[in-house]
Amino acid sequence: MDFTLWDVVRNLLTGLQWTLALSLVAFIGGGLIGLAVMTARISEKALPRRLARVYIELFQGTPLLMQLFLVFFGVALIGFDISPWVAAALALTLFTSAYLAEIWRGCVESIANGQWEASASLALTPFEQLRYVILPQALRIAVAPTVGFSVQVVKGTAVTSIIGFTELTKTGSMLANATFQPFMVYGFVALGYFLLCYPLSLSARYLERRLHASA
Amino acid sequence: MAYHFDFLPVLQNTDLLLRGALFTLELTAIGTVLGVALGIVGAIVRAWKIQPFSAIFGVYVELIRNTPFLVQLFFIFFGLPSLGVQISEWQAAVLAMVVNLGAYSTEIIRAGIQAIPRGQLEAAAALAMNRFEAFRYVVLIPALGKVWPALSSQIIIVMLGSAVCSQIATEELSFFANFIQSRNFRAFETYIITTLIYLCMALLIRQLLAWIGRRYISRKG
Repeated sequence: MDFTLWDVVRNLLTGLQWTLALSLVAFIGGGLIGLAVMTARISEKALPRRLARVYIELFQGTPLLMQLFLVFFGVALIGFDISPWVAAALALTLFTSAYLAEIWRGCVESIANGQWEASASLALTPFEQLRYVILPQALRIAVAPTVGFSVQVVKGTAVTSIIGFTELTKTGSMLANATFQPFMVYGFVALGYFLLCYPLSLSARYLERRLHASA
Repeated sequence: MAYHFDFLPVLQNTDLLLRGALFTLELTAIGTVLGVALGIVGAIVRAWKIQPFSAIFGVYVELIRNTPFLVQLFFIFFGLPSLGVQISEWQAAVLAMVVNLGAYSTEIIRAGIQAIPRGQLEAAAALAMNRFEAFRYVVLIPALGKVWPALSSQIIIVMLGSAVCSQIATEELSFFANFIQSRNFRAFETYIITTLIYLCMALLIRQLLAWIGRRYISRKG
């Protein structure tokens, strides 16, 4: 079977859609869990703080590939049949949550302590203090590094090709094997990731500069 | 339904896991030395805007930082031979690690160099240091000192990222993990142990780099 250039590009575009979908799921899910982990990480109680720290250390100190394998084979052990898509989404969500929790912790801790004290003196509960006083201010600082980290999430999705999830890299591998033109195919694959990531990198840099200019 | 964990079939292969871990450390060591060297060159060229190399390094940095390591590895291992360059698995792994770390460390070290006040170089000249001495003691080492934590984190990220090199059959740690679990069918136990080994290596490298930083980079002198 012969592949035209258009066949290659068309298939890669389909793979690109899955890369994009997986990135979005991981980023949104990771953001939600990351928020919870971050809240635990800055808790005044020692136990949640310590657990959150271990959680973050584990995900930041081990390869994403191993995390993927553990989720993929681990969930199967509990008795659920798990598709590569679910395993990929789950593992990347957990991976993303650990990094976002650590990034956001830095942002929250950069807010002056007086803000906590002031809102406590207004009889807000600790949760209300975080929700209405600290987070709105931390959000402004957090936007640039968060957008910057989204690049790592998109790039991280490439590893899911190894457990057989047919995203951009996996599609590329199959096409390279079928066309015997690895140089061209992987060139296109790299281009696909670049087109997703470069705008994110640029906006992260722009946001960072704008923040510094106004701060 | 209840699953019985059995780590014995994994522990019987400790020698293979250690061999793999050792090779991962070797790859990381070579990759780090060459990658940081490339990063120093890139950082100088970028910080001092030496054309046309500054523009070339600018494109290189953006290309590498916005594409996945796995794709870079495949491009090198499967793509280069079609241009007539024959390259072995471990050479491809090292090359990919060097190219990857080179791009990140260019940006990291550049930030350090640009944080050195210009007056420092003038002060060095006033002390009759020659250009090489001035560069070494007044620019490079203080710049590395400023960015050493960021550089250390990046080196660890590259070490952890090297796990995907098993996909081109480089015989590092995750390669042996795949090999072992394909023989004993104890995938979960194998990857738990392997993951813990990676965690230990990450902690070890962090300590080692912190020691190097204290001993050679940020000493007074």
